[in-house]
Amino acid sequence: MTANAADVETICGSYGNRPDALIEILHDVQAQAGYITPNAMMVIAGALNISRADVYGTLSFYDDFRLEAAAKGIVKLCRAEACQAVGADELAARCDANGIEHQHVYCLGNCALGPAAMVEDRLIGRADADRLAAAVRQARGEG
Amino acid sequence: MTTRVFISRDAAALSVGAEEVATTLANCIAQRDLDVEIVRTGSRGAMFLEPLLEVEVAGKRLGYGPVHASDVPALLDAGLLEGGAHDLALGEVEALSFFAKQQRLTFARCGVNDPLDLAAFEASGGLDGLRAAQSLSPDAIVEAVTESGLRGRGGAGFPAGIKWKTVLEAPGTEKYICCNADEGDSGTFADRMLMEGDPFVLLEGMAIAGLAVGATKGLIYIRSEYPHAIRAMVKAVALWSKAKLTPEFEFEIRRGAGAYICGEETSMLESLEGKRGQVRPKPPIPALEGLFGKPTVVNNVLTLAAVPWIMANGAAAYRDFGMGRSRGTQAFQLGGNIKQGGLVETAFGLTLRALIEDFGGGTRSTRPLRAVQVGGPLGAYLPANQLDTKLDYEAMAEIGAMLGHGGVVVFDDTVDMARQAQFAMEFCAMESCGKCTPCRIGSTRGAEVLERIREGQDVDANLALVRDLCEVLEDGSLCAMGGLTPQPVLSAINQFPEDFAVRGNA
Repeated sequence: MTANAADVETICGSYGNRPDALIEILHDVQAQAGYITPNAMMVIAGALNISRADVYGTLSFYDDFRLEAAAKGIVKLCRAEACQAVGADELAARCDANGIEHQHVYCLGNCALGPAAMVEDRLIGRADADRLAAAVRQARGEG
Repeated sequence: MTTRVFISRDAAALSVGAEEVATTLANCIAQRDLDVEIVRTGSRGAMFLEPLLEVEVAGKRLGYGPVHASDVPALLDAGLLEGGAHDLALGEVEALSFFAKQQRLTFARCGVNDPLDLAAFEASGGLDGLRAAQSLSPDAIVEAVTESGLRGRGGAGFPAGIKWKTVLEAPGTEKYICCNADEGDSGTFADRMLMEGDPFVLLEGMAIAGLAVGATKGLIYIRSEYPHAIRAMVKAVALWSKAKLTPEFEFEIRRGAGAYICGEETSMLESLEGKRGQVRPKPPIPALEGLFGKPTVVNNVLTLAAVPWIMANGAAAYRDFGMGRSRGTQAFQLGGNIKQGGLVETAFGLTLRALIEDFGGGTRSTRPLRAVQVGGPLGAYLPANQLDTKLDYEAMAEIGAMLGHGGVVVFDDTVDMARQAQFAMEFCAMESCGKCTPCRIGSTRGAEVLERIREGQDVDANLALVRDLCEVLEDGSLCAMGGLTPQPVLSAINQFPEDFAVRGNA
């Protein structure tokens, strides 16, 4: 699934083609298409009247934006201090041992109920490997 | 008569099953044909009690928690709707010592009301501050904020009134209010809780700021890791606009995109302009040349959200809370290895020990406390013998620490402080915007040297090297990211030297 040029133009137009809205636009395009294609970058640059280098420069700065499709149901595991204090590193090791794909993030704002994790938009507190595996299955539509 | 039951839809409560509790309760109500309204609130902040279920009986809110969805039928059998006895019964929620000892000004409505119920907001004092401000001149509003002693709650503690005065007096008609909701510090969640639990109070505070400095547009920059808060704020702005509460002041919600550095104010402004979140050199200060080069108030969520109370109740009333040059209340956030974690809003001046022991009940693991990091990833690590330090800006600065955004992260005796020092450098390396060399390169070299120390290589020489590097970071960095990373590193080395030596100084 990739965004076609018309969709990208519609998104840009909904922000009045304002260059300051670039990050919002990138979020919306990625939400629709899964990632940002070279073609989408070109369309955005044209609509906002900025260079493709400007678009790439901005998107490459931010961890949220992807240039290729990502698998569904990847666990974002908080590895910051408050979760370290309650075993986030050990949980990461258990995820590895159980084949649960995970990326690190730094703070999900759930510091009193760590270790914290997020699967898609779902926040999980006092996470353990079993609950994370269940959340991944759910995100992937495997029941 | 319809009985009202309250369940939080705060992200933290949802993270431990609040949605399942609400769904199960709704199903049971339907099956048993009961006359019950389920009100979804924000969280009161006693995270250890979430999912917390409250029932209104004779004007009092009685609590049950932490509730699991499977407890719901038994709770109903036990007479939940009349406040019946049950193992999970807590009694009157506001009488619980965790809440009774707090002084809730900013968070008074959080966890109490449906966050998107504008009528309930108004009925509980909402809009009083805005109305008071509307009858005052811009100078008088700025004067009140100055008089209240309110300081920036984002971490730097800069007096809000002075910042507002600078923007008010700056020439030009195009000015902005930018709310910094990029709450990236580990151990902090107060901004998130407030945005989810009482979003209107933030809008009210921003509108007052707009009146004070002559700005007609407010932007709220919320980190993308907070999807629940983003949704709540978007809905709140729509309701606020529909009610035409401040037709002359317009709001816009902007999402961050996973960059910690965008919590730094100039980096946030760059991001709001659609650019890479790279730090700007100061001067010029944002108050004079901020968003799009125009005079801009940049304040944290909690700074802006404190303003309506000040305008409604008077600067002197706010000033009466706190001590020394730290006035009013601070929302402390207790996290990490803590038994009763959550949000504690109280006047400045209680000790770290009171916060951790009286409110927090000690470590969750029940092992001895060894270290506390105050003020986020750039804050110092304090050992157990500094727990009697008072929590205010000056007392913390005196021991080489900082209050920051009020986050307190507790570690037990299993923590490896050399690893924590190394992590501080790694975090700086990962999140550095790359603009200045000390932060960009120094953090990477720092992490490498600390790795060698942990391996026991030339420990003394390498520790000297780390200290040297920290001096360069502190003196030579453009912003607090590089400038403060030495705080956790050096405090770990100075306060916990045994963790840097035991590996054999061969």
